[in-house]
Amino acid sequence: MDDADVDSLRQRLKKQAGEGGYHLNPDEAFTDGLVRGILTNAQRYGYGSCPCRLASGTKGDDLDIICPCDYRDADLNDFGACYCALYVSAEIAKGDVQAHAIPERRPPKSARDLKGDYENVGELRIGALKLPVWRCRVCGYLCAREEPPAECPICFAAKERFERFI
Amino acid sequence: MALHFEHVGGRDAGPVFLYALSTCGWCRMTRDLLASLRVAYDFVYVDLLSGAEADEAIGEVTRWNPACSFPTVVLGGERAIAGFNEKALREALGGAHG
Repeated sequence: MDDADVDSLRQRLKKQAGEGGYHLNPDEAFTDGLVRGILTNAQRYGYGSCPCRLASGTKGDDLDIICPCDYRDADLNDFGACYCALYVSAEIAKGDVQAHAIPERRPPKSARDLKGDYENVGELRIGALKLPVWRCRVCGYLCAREEPPAECPICFAAKERFERFI
Repeated sequence: MALHFEHVGGRDAGPVFLYALSTCGWCRMTRDLLASLRVAYDFVYVDLLSGAEADEAIGEVTRWNPACSFPTVVLGGERAIAGFNEKALREALGGAHG
Protein backbone atom coordinates (compact mmCIF):
# COMPACT_ATOMS: atom_id res chain seq x y z
CA MET A 1 0.00 0.00 0.00
CA ASP A 2 1.37 3.44 -0.87
CA ASP A 3 0.23 7.03 -0.50
CA ALA A 4 -1.60 6.86 -3.83
CA ASP A 5 -3.84 4.04 -2.51
CA VAL A 6 -4.63 6.05 0.61
CA ASP A 7 -5.36 9.13 -1.49
CA SER A 8 -7.56 7.25 -3.91
CA LEU A 9 -9.65 5.62 -1.17
CA ARG A 10 -9.97 8.93 0.69
CA GLN A 11 -11.21 10.61 -2.50
CA ARG A 12 -13.74 7.85 -3.12
CA LEU A 13 -15.04 7.89 0.45
CA LYS A 14 -15.30 11.67 0.35
CA LYS A 15 -17.30 11.57 -2.88
CA GLN A 16 -19.63 8.85 -1.62
CA ALA A 17 -20.05 10.63 1.71
CA GLY A 18 -21.06 13.84 -0.08
CA GLU A 19 -23.55 11.99 -2.27
CA GLY A 20 -25.16 10.30 0.72
CA GLY A 21 -25.31 13.36 2.99
CA TYR A 22 -22.36 12.30 5.15
CA HIS A 23 -19.13 14.16 5.92
CA LEU A 24 -15.55 12.98 6.34
CA ASN A 25 -13.43 14.40 9.16
CA PRO A 26 -11.84 17.63 7.86
CA ASP A 27 -8.57 16.90 9.75
CA GLU A 28 -6.68 15.48 6.79
CA ALA A 29 -3.74 13.98 8.69
CA PHE A 30 -6.12 12.22 11.10
CA THR A 31 -8.38 11.04 8.26
CA ASP A 32 -5.44 9.78 6.20
CA GLY A 33 -4.31 7.73 9.19
CA LEU A 34 -7.75 6.13 9.45
CA VAL A 35 -7.97 5.45 5.70
CA ARG A 36 -4.52 3.84 5.90
CA GLY A 37 -5.82 1.76 8.81
CA ILE A 38 -8.83 0.56 6.80
CA LEU A 39 -6.53 -0.43 3.91
CA THR A 40 -4.17 -2.17 6.34
CA ASN A 41 -7.11 -4.15 7.75
CA ALA A 42 -8.36 -4.99 4.23
CA GLN A 43 -4.93 -6.43 3.44
CA ARG A 44 -4.54 -8.15 6.78
CA TYR A 45 -8.02 -9.64 7.20
CA GLY A 46 -9.56 -9.48 3.72
CA TYR A 47 -12.14 -6.89 4.84
CA GLY A 48 -11.80 -3.21 5.68
CA SER A 49 -12.84 -3.20 9.32
CA CYS A 50 -12.87 -0.16 11.60
CA PRO A 51 -9.29 0.96 12.28
CA CYS A 52 -10.15 1.69 15.92
CA ARG A 53 -11.57 -1.74 16.73
CA LEU A 54 -9.83 -5.07 17.09
CA ALA A 55 -11.00 -7.38 14.30
CA SER A 56 -11.33 -11.11 14.94
CA GLY A 57 -10.08 -12.15 11.51
CA THR A 58 -13.41 -13.94 10.85
CA LYS A 59 -15.49 -11.84 8.47
CA GLY A 60 -18.83 -13.27 9.61
CA ASP A 61 -18.11 -12.11 13.18
CA ASP A 62 -17.05 -8.64 12.05
CA LEU A 63 -19.66 -7.65 9.44
CA ASP A 64 -20.95 -5.03 11.89
CA ILE A 65 -17.58 -3.24 12.05
CA ILE A 66 -16.70 -3.20 8.35
CA CYS A 67 -16.44 0.51 7.54
CA PRO A 68 -18.94 2.16 7.40
CA CYS A 69 -19.98 0.24 10.50
CA ASP A 70 -23.49 -0.57 11.73
CA TYR A 71 -23.03 1.95 14.53
CA ARG A 72 -22.01 5.00 12.47
CA ASP A 73 -25.39 6.65 12.04
CA ALA A 74 -26.43 6.26 15.69
CA ASP A 75 -23.08 7.67 16.82
CA LEU A 76 -23.37 10.58 14.37
CA ASN A 77 -26.80 11.34 15.85
CA ASP A 78 -25.69 11.09 19.47
CA PHE A 79 -22.09 12.34 19.36
CA GLY A 80 -21.55 14.04 15.99
CA ALA A 81 -18.89 11.53 15.01
CA CYS A 82 -18.55 7.82 14.41
CA TYR A 83 -16.39 5.72 16.73
CA CYS A 84 -13.12 6.27 14.85
CA ALA A 85 -14.22 9.81 13.79
CA LEU A 86 -13.77 9.18 10.07
CA TYR A 87 -17.38 10.34 9.63
CA VAL A 88 -18.46 13.50 11.43
CA SER A 89 -21.43 15.85 11.65
CA ALA A 90 -21.84 18.91 9.39
CA GLU A 91 -20.78 21.15 12.31
CA ILE A 92 -17.53 19.27 12.82
CA ALA A 93 -16.96 19.06 9.05
CA LYS A 94 -17.21 22.85 8.88
CA GLY A 95 -14.59 23.16 11.59
CA ASP A 96 -16.93 24.85 14.11
CA VAL A 97 -16.57 22.02 16.62
CA GLN A 98 -13.82 19.44 17.19
CA ALA A 99 -14.40 15.68 17.09
CA HIS A 100 -13.89 13.84 20.38
CA ALA A 101 -13.42 10.21 21.26
CA ILE A 102 -16.78 8.63 22.05
CA PRO A 103 -17.91 5.53 23.97
CA GLU A 104 -17.98 2.12 22.27
CA ARG A 105 -21.52 1.25 21.16
CA ARG A 106 -20.70 -2.20 19.78
CA PRO A 107 -21.93 -4.80 22.27
CA PRO A 108 -19.21 -6.93 23.91
CA LYS A 109 -18.49 -10.29 22.30
CA SER A 110 -20.61 -12.22 24.82
CA ALA A 111 -23.69 -10.22 23.75
CA ARG A 112 -22.84 -10.36 20.03
CA ASP A 113 -22.74 -14.13 20.19
CA LEU A 114 -26.48 -14.08 20.93
CA LYS A 115 -28.83 -13.91 17.95
CA GLY A 116 -29.49 -10.69 16.04
CA ASP A 117 -32.30 -8.25 16.82
CA TYR A 118 -34.38 -9.07 13.81
CA GLU A 119 -34.38 -12.86 14.01
CA ASN A 120 -38.06 -12.92 14.92
CA VAL A 121 -39.32 -10.05 12.83
CA GLY A 122 -40.36 -12.49 10.12
CA GLU A 123 -43.26 -13.49 12.35
CA LEU A 124 -44.62 -9.96 12.39
CA ARG A 125 -45.79 -10.11 8.80
CA ILE A 126 -47.99 -7.21 7.79
CA GLY A 127 -50.68 -8.89 5.73
CA ALA A 128 -49.39 -11.01 2.91
CA LEU A 129 -46.50 -9.10 1.40
CA LYS A 130 -45.61 -10.09 -2.13
CA LEU A 131 -41.92 -9.60 -1.44
CA PRO A 132 -39.62 -9.65 1.57
CA VAL A 133 -38.35 -6.29 2.84
CA TRP A 134 -34.60 -5.94 3.29
CA ARG A 135 -32.91 -3.44 5.57
CA CYS A 136 -29.38 -2.05 5.21
CA ARG A 137 -27.84 -2.40 8.66
CA VAL A 138 -25.53 0.53 7.95
CA CYS A 139 -27.99 3.26 6.94
CA GLY A 140 -31.48 1.78 7.36
CA TYR A 141 -32.39 1.84 3.65
CA LEU A 142 -35.37 -0.47 3.01
CA CYS A 143 -36.31 -2.20 -0.22
CA ALA A 144 -38.91 -4.81 -1.15
CA ARG A 145 -37.47 -7.32 -3.60
CA GLU A 146 -36.51 -10.97 -3.85
CA GLU A 147 -32.95 -10.29 -2.69
CA PRO A 148 -31.04 -7.30 -1.33
CA PRO A 149 -29.19 -5.22 -3.94
CA ALA A 150 -25.51 -6.01 -4.60
CA GLU A 151 -24.68 -2.66 -3.03
CA CYS A 152 -26.78 -0.27 -0.96
CA PRO A 153 -27.70 2.63 -3.31
CA ILE A 154 -27.57 5.06 -0.37
CA CYS A 155 -24.43 4.19 1.55
CA PHE A 156 -22.71 1.64 -0.74
CA ALA A 157 -22.57 -1.10 1.89
CA ALA A 158 -22.27 -4.59 0.38
CA LYS A 159 -25.19 -7.02 -0.03
CA GLU A 160 -24.11 -9.08 2.99
CA ARG A 161 -24.76 -6.07 5.25
CA PHE A 162 -28.52 -6.36 4.61
CA GLU A 163 -30.91 -8.21 6.89
CA ARG A 164 -34.44 -9.46 6.38
CA PHE A 165 -36.67 -6.78 7.95
CA ILE A 166 -40.19 -8.01 7.17
CA MET B 1 4.06 -16.11 29.04
CA ALA B 2 4.68 -12.43 29.52
CA LEU B 3 3.49 -9.95 26.94
CA HIS B 4 6.23 -8.05 25.22
CA PHE B 5 5.82 -4.32 25.69
CA GLU B 6 7.85 -1.67 23.98
CA HIS B 7 9.27 0.89 26.40
CA VAL B 8 9.24 4.62 25.79
CA GLY B 9 11.54 6.58 28.07
CA GLY B 10 10.59 9.72 29.99
CA ARG B 11 9.51 11.08 33.34
CA ASP B 12 8.60 8.42 35.91
CA ALA B 13 4.86 8.58 36.63
CA GLY B 14 4.64 5.04 37.97
CA PRO B 15 3.87 2.05 35.77
CA VAL B 16 1.91 3.18 32.68
CA PHE B 17 0.82 0.49 30.24
CA LEU B 18 -0.90 1.38 26.98
CA TYR B 19 -2.83 -1.24 25.04
CA ALA B 20 -3.32 0.13 21.53
CA LEU B 21 -4.07 -0.70 17.91
CA SER B 22 -1.51 0.24 15.27
CA THR B 23 -4.28 1.40 12.91
CA CYS B 24 -6.26 3.55 15.35
CA GLY B 25 -6.34 7.35 15.27
CA TRP B 26 -7.26 7.75 18.94
CA CYS B 27 -4.43 5.40 19.95
CA ARG B 28 -2.04 7.60 17.99
CA MET B 29 -3.43 10.70 19.74
CA THR B 30 -2.86 8.95 23.08
CA ARG B 31 0.77 8.24 22.22
CA ASP B 32 1.22 11.86 21.07
CA LEU B 33 -0.24 13.10 24.36
CA LEU B 34 2.01 10.82 26.43
CA ALA B 35 4.97 12.09 24.41
CA SER B 36 3.99 15.71 25.02
CA LEU B 37 3.66 14.97 28.75
CA ARG B 38 7.13 13.35 28.57
CA VAL B 39 5.92 10.37 30.56
CA ALA B 40 7.72 7.01 30.51
CA TYR B 41 5.38 4.22 29.44
CA ASP B 42 5.16 0.76 27.93
CA PHE B 43 2.88 -0.02 25.00
CA VAL B 44 1.78 -2.95 22.89
CA TYR B 45 -0.11 -2.98 19.58
CA VAL B 46 -2.64 -5.73 20.19
CA ASP B 47 -3.64 -5.98 16.51
CA LEU B 48 -0.08 -7.06 15.67
CA LEU B 49 -0.15 -10.00 18.11
CA SER B 50 -1.34 -13.48 17.28
CA GLY B 51 -2.16 -16.75 19.01
CA ALA B 52 -1.59 -17.05 22.75
CA GLU B 53 -0.06 -13.57 22.97
CA ALA B 54 -3.15 -11.99 21.41
CA ASP B 55 -5.43 -13.98 23.74
CA GLU B 56 -3.42 -12.89 26.74
CA ALA B 57 -3.53 -9.23 25.73
CA ILE B 58 -7.28 -9.36 25.03
CA GLY B 59 -7.86 -11.02 28.40
CA GLU B 60 -5.81 -8.35 30.13
CA VAL B 61 -7.59 -5.44 28.40
CA THR B 62 -11.01 -7.00 29.09
CA ARG B 63 -10.12 -7.36 32.77
CA TRP B 64 -9.53 -3.60 33.04
CA ASN B 65 -12.09 -2.50 30.45
CA PRO B 66 -14.90 -5.01 29.78
CA ALA B 67 -15.69 -3.41 26.38
CA CYS B 68 -12.13 -4.39 25.33
CA SER B 69 -11.82 -1.11 23.46
CA PHE B 70 -8.67 0.75 22.50
CA PRO B 71 -6.75 2.65 23.67
CA THR B 72 -6.77 1.33 27.24
CA VAL B 73 -4.20 2.85 29.59
CA VAL B 74 -3.53 0.99 32.84
CA LEU B 75 -2.06 3.18 35.58
CA GLY B 76 -0.05 1.82 38.49
CA GLY B 77 -1.69 -1.58 38.08
CA GLU B 78 -4.67 -0.02 39.86
CA ARG B 79 -6.98 1.68 37.42
CA ALA B 80 -7.58 2.08 33.72
CA ILE B 81 -8.54 4.94 31.45
CA ALA B 82 -10.50 3.69 28.43
CA GLY B 83 -10.49 5.66 25.21
CA PHE B 84 -8.62 8.86 24.40
CA ASN B 85 -9.74 10.81 27.47
CA GLU B 86 -7.35 13.74 27.32
CA LYS B 87 -8.59 15.34 30.53
CA ALA B 88 -8.28 12.16 32.60
CA LEU B 89 -4.86 11.38 31.15
CA ARG B 90 -3.59 14.89 31.84
CA GLU B 91 -4.94 14.79 35.38
CA ALA B 92 -3.35 11.42 36.07
CA LEU B 93 -0.04 12.00 34.34
CA GLY B 94 0.34 15.74 33.98
CA GLY B 95 2.89 15.96 36.80
CA ALA B 96 3.52 19.08 38.88
CA HIS B 97 3.45 21.36 35.88
CA GLY B 98 0.60 19.45 34.17
